Amino acid sequence: MQRIGVFVCHCGTNIAATVDVKAVAEALGHEPGVVISQEYQYMCSESGQELVKNAIKEQKLTGVVICSCSPRMHENTFRKAAASAGLNPYLVEIANIREQCSWIHKDIATATEKAIILGRTAVAKVHLNTPLTSMESPVVKRALVIGGGIAGIQTALDIAEAGFDVDIVEKNPTIGGKMAQIDKTFPTLDCAACILTPKMVEASQNERITIHSFSEVADVKGFVGNFTVKIKKKARFVDETKCTGCGLCTEKCPMKKVPNEFNMGLDNRSAIYIPFAQAVPKVATIDPNYCMMMKSGKCGVCSKVCSAGAIDYKQQDTFIEQQYGAIVVATGFNPIKLDKYDEFAYNQCPDVVTSLELERLMNAAGPNGGTLLRPSDKSHPHTIVFVQCVGSRCDDEKGKPYCSKICCMYTAKHAMLIREKYPDTEVYVFYIDVRTPGKNFDEFYRRAVEQYNVHYIKGMVGKVTPKSDGKIDVQASDLLAGEQLHINADMVVLAAAIEPDKTARPLATMLTTQMDTNDFFTEAHPKLRPVESATAGIFLSGACQGPKDIPETVAQASAAAAKAIGLLCKNSITCNPCVAHSDELMCNGCSSCEKVCPYGAITYVDKEFRMPDRSTKVRRVASVNPAVCQGCGACTVACPSGAMDLSGFSNSQIMAEVDAICK
Amino acid sequence: MQVNENFEPVIVAFCCNWCSYAGADLSGTNRLNYPTNVKIIRVPCSCRVNPMFILRAFQKGADGVIICGCHPGDCHYTSGNYFTRRRITLLYSMLDFLGIERDRTRLEWVSAAEGAKFAATMQQFTEDVKALGPNRRLEDLRCRKQ
Amino acid sequence: MQEAMIKRAKELLADGSVDRVIGWKRGEFAYDITPAVFTSAEELDRDFVCDDFTAANVSKYLVKETQKEGKVLAFLKPCDTYSFNQLVKEHRIDREKVYVIGIEGGPKLDIEKIRAKGITGILGVRNEDYTLKIETIYGTQTMPFYEAVLGKCASCKSKKHVVFDELIGEDGDVLDSNRFEMVEKLENMTAQERFDFWRDQLSKCIRCNACRNVCPACTCENCVFDNPKSGIDNKAPADSFEENMFHIIRAFHVAGRCTDCGECSRVCPQHIPLHLLNRKFIKDINELYGEYQAGADTTSRAPLTDYNKDDCEPSIVHERGVE
Repeated sequence: MQRIGVFVCHCGTNIAATVDVKAVAEALGHEPGVVISQEYQYMCSESGQELVKNAIKEQKLTGVVICSCSPRMHENTFRKAAASAGLNPYLVEIANIREQCSWIHKDIATATEKAIILGRTAVAKVHLNTPLTSMESPVVKRALVIGGGIAGIQTALDIAEAGFDVDIVEKNPTIGGKMAQIDKTFPTLDCAACILTPKMVEASQNERITIHSFSEVADVKGFVGNFTVKIKKKARFVDETKCTGCGLCTEKCPMKKVPNEFNMGLDNRSAIYIPFAQAVPKVATIDPNYCMMMKSGKCGVCSKVCSAGAIDYKQQDTFIEQQYGAIVVATGFNPIKLDKYDEFAYNQCPDVVTSLELERLMNAAGPNGGTLLRPSDKSHPHTIVFVQCVGSRCDDEKGKPYCSKICCMYTAKHAMLIREKYPDTEVYVFYIDVRTPGKNFDEFYRRAVEQYNVHYIKGMVGKVTPKSDGKIDVQASDLLAGEQLHINADMVVLAAAIEPDKTARPLATMLTTQMDTNDFFTEAHPKLRPVESATAGIFLSGACQGPKDIPETVAQASAAAAKAIGLLCKNSITCNPCVAHSDELMCNGCSSCEKVCPYGAITYVDKEFRMPDRSTKVRRVASVNPAVCQGCGACTVACPSGAMDLSGFSNSQIMAEVDAICK
Repeated sequence: MQVNENFEPVIVAFCCNWCSYAGADLSGTNRLNYPTNVKIIRVPCSCRVNPMFILRAFQKGADGVIICGCHPGDCHYTSGNYFTRRRITLLYSMLDFLGIERDRTRLEWVSAAEGAKFAATMQQFTEDVKALGPNRRLEDLRCRKQ
Repeated sequence: MQEAMIKRAKELLADGSVDRVIGWKRGEFAYDITPAVFTSAEELDRDFVCDDFTAANVSKYLVKETQKEGKVLAFLKPCDTYSFNQLVKEHRIDREKVYVIGIEGGPKLDIEKIRAKGITGILGVRNEDYTLKIETIYGTQTMPFYEAVLGKCASCKSKKHVVFDELIGEDGDVLDSNRFEMVEKLENMTAQERFDFWRDQLSKCIRCNACRNVCPACTCENCVFDNPKSGIDNKAPADSFEENMFHIIRAFHVAGRCTDCGECSRVCPQHIPLHLLNRKFIKDINELYGEYQAGADTTSRAPLTDYNKDDCEPSIVHERGVE
């Protein structure tokens, strides 16, 4: 005979304001098998949990139903409480009467009625719950970091520091990411390279860190503690182990007309190249789209000058497979393409640039050696207009609905640096509003306005028109003065919105992690689990989760590392016991289930059965490996005989829920 | 058809744990209202939904059944919702072939981020089922409420 | 052909190639044919029959037969070979234990269609140039041969044997059949008309389970309808819902596995066109996921255990046919 306890939570007034919790407790007390039905202000509090524990002991409960918030919030809390009182944790069911009832309904009568039905459904289910025992699965003590920007580097360094092996997979020929392209950083104005390159070197020299540059993740299998990842090492046509990074090949290469990605295409590089002086690994890469040897078979200069013999025109993509216990995603961001913004003349006028292009124009290693000159005629610009929120906070299809977060601050930085270095330059910034919530951020912005006399104008730029004299007409509105402005500018700088890297979406599919509508990875909980994905063993680092500046990125990178280290420290992890199992007596051995299993958890064995007439019969039957099964239940529907069932979500449990709802 | 203004349909929603159930939670967190007629059953994946469950719901008095899962390509279990899509397409087509009203069944993809879509979907589905009136073509008379 | 089959069966029994033979034997009347297992030349001589009434698909019997010791000789018509292949694919038949002789297929005759002409006391039939001569206790009667053909043969999909160890007679081709005509007709009715059609048909169901028991795709060790643990078990429909449910679930369980052998409708004592449910699934699968013939091979993935990333959404149901 079942002895079920029902506990209805008020959640302060979150539930109690729209659901008559007393009536719910009263009604559920009359359900079959229910021996105790109580309500309490905060079931998840220590005293609330005590209430449950005491009832389990005193009433000798065989099942517990908590009517409270979503099981995604506190299912574990109550399972643990039950376990500590000696009840199998899987004999606890949650009725979600907050997110799916009190918060969405306003009428007390109907909300209470619904809460009773939801409670009744949970009671019906718990009647059929069975005690489940978790299995243990070993943890591979190695982490994978996908992306080698500042986020990935920081995460890898922290994990390595804790004593675990870690691999970085970076799609570009060098690690460093966007930070390597940045000139100075806000709000301290220290040089980005000076603080980043030591970290890059540290990563390359750390014995525990392996850097797979010019590589991509090709496939991910497995689950928390035991991922198998296939990494594609793209052919760079240079033997990484032989190349010394002397750079002679890049000097001698006759093909020098390749747009230089590192300088945002503002100057050219050779077909064989090292992205920048401090690249890690400092190894040359041949661009097969431009290399004359690869295209026409005529040249081979680099091969001749390379004393190390590292050039290999026949190199192929190779694949390596490695086991990992934890995976950290650090795929970062890119500025959006501005092709659709004709009003800013980005495609028509070379002197309309993005902020990242401006970084390169101002950088000592940039196309002009650090002198800010107009890309069109290499003249010194005297009037520069900055346009904020290009594609950010945008309602239409062209842009992004979110705030890109970093633009206000880097624009203040740019304005300040220009005014500092070239005091004869007038700088205008058009903004919707200036957002400076960060340590020393507002002070920084105020210095730009007050000390450096940057002209901040609240208003949007309507049209940018290149003129025949080489100047640029910027038509804008000053919202505070209520007037239309025309500025005769030499350069226009667009603060393009940032978006997640394009590789993130296919990666999320491989990792079975969720993304939001903007393709940022979704964290497991927006407040309480900001660096974990909802998929166990997958962690999030940096701008792949949302727009971030450098200090925030580094903080999140270290937090993700801490979470990964926490996982890697364990020798084994507890598996989800809600997995499939096959009733051998009913199984036909037809192989339907095996075909739909995404994990290959089902195998077949020939089993001997004793027949009623005492003869024996050998039949092929399915067998589920509970350590590999993740409990999706695809097999249960593929099985025509109903031999395959899922613990915790069994056919009979779900049908009992259906019955209770429809009653 | 005669529409009974007081008719309150019973609607069973099967939601996958990873996307749609979280989407339903999000519509709660954002206080987005949808009718109380909708009662959610949590399943690990939309591919756990057996056609037997759907028929069972209609038998026991449901007027509409909706299945919600992760968007194709986003399944927590990689491929579960692809199987769901085929199975449920064929099942719904069969129910239609038997003359069961098309609007009593639905499959929607709702991500964990789509709280608003979840609420809007449930609102619309409830209205559609309400317009159809009580389930009479696939009911079990013994289960009819008096 | 019957003589050739008996001769070959005897040879294979005699040289020990096979231990048993599965075929058909006559019952009380000429048209009263049942599948049977023969173990000796005498039995074959006495009872073995293969004529215009041997329509039964014997492949399903091989599930049990191959669980026994020894090898079985099976005579399979083209349509039966599809069922056989499907069962091999699902590991239900041990291919090694069966020697398949492909024999020419139908069209086979439907005794009900002869009776429907008011012909009774039937002793035997002869096909003379597509005129059926029917010997009865009241003398010889005639009717056009094609008017007496079984529904499943009238819409034959293939004269080709997809599997055999040897052939007696000729192998044919896959045919362009008109088998989806009636499904299409139903699809073009209104929902109310379809509902009325099926209510009319399914309400006749007496749950004798003949359709399930004869179906080569229904070989479960323990059928969900017999299993009290399944939650949907029932012996007899107590309500129109249960009439519907049994046939929906049965059709769904065999979807993508049904070879369209037509046995369900052939054996239904209430003459419910049950094959239309299976054909609806087959038609949908062909249209939505690409042509697929269950049993045509033993390696391809069945449509319901397979997917395409760009498969259509269920809303396609709303976009097709008539509401």
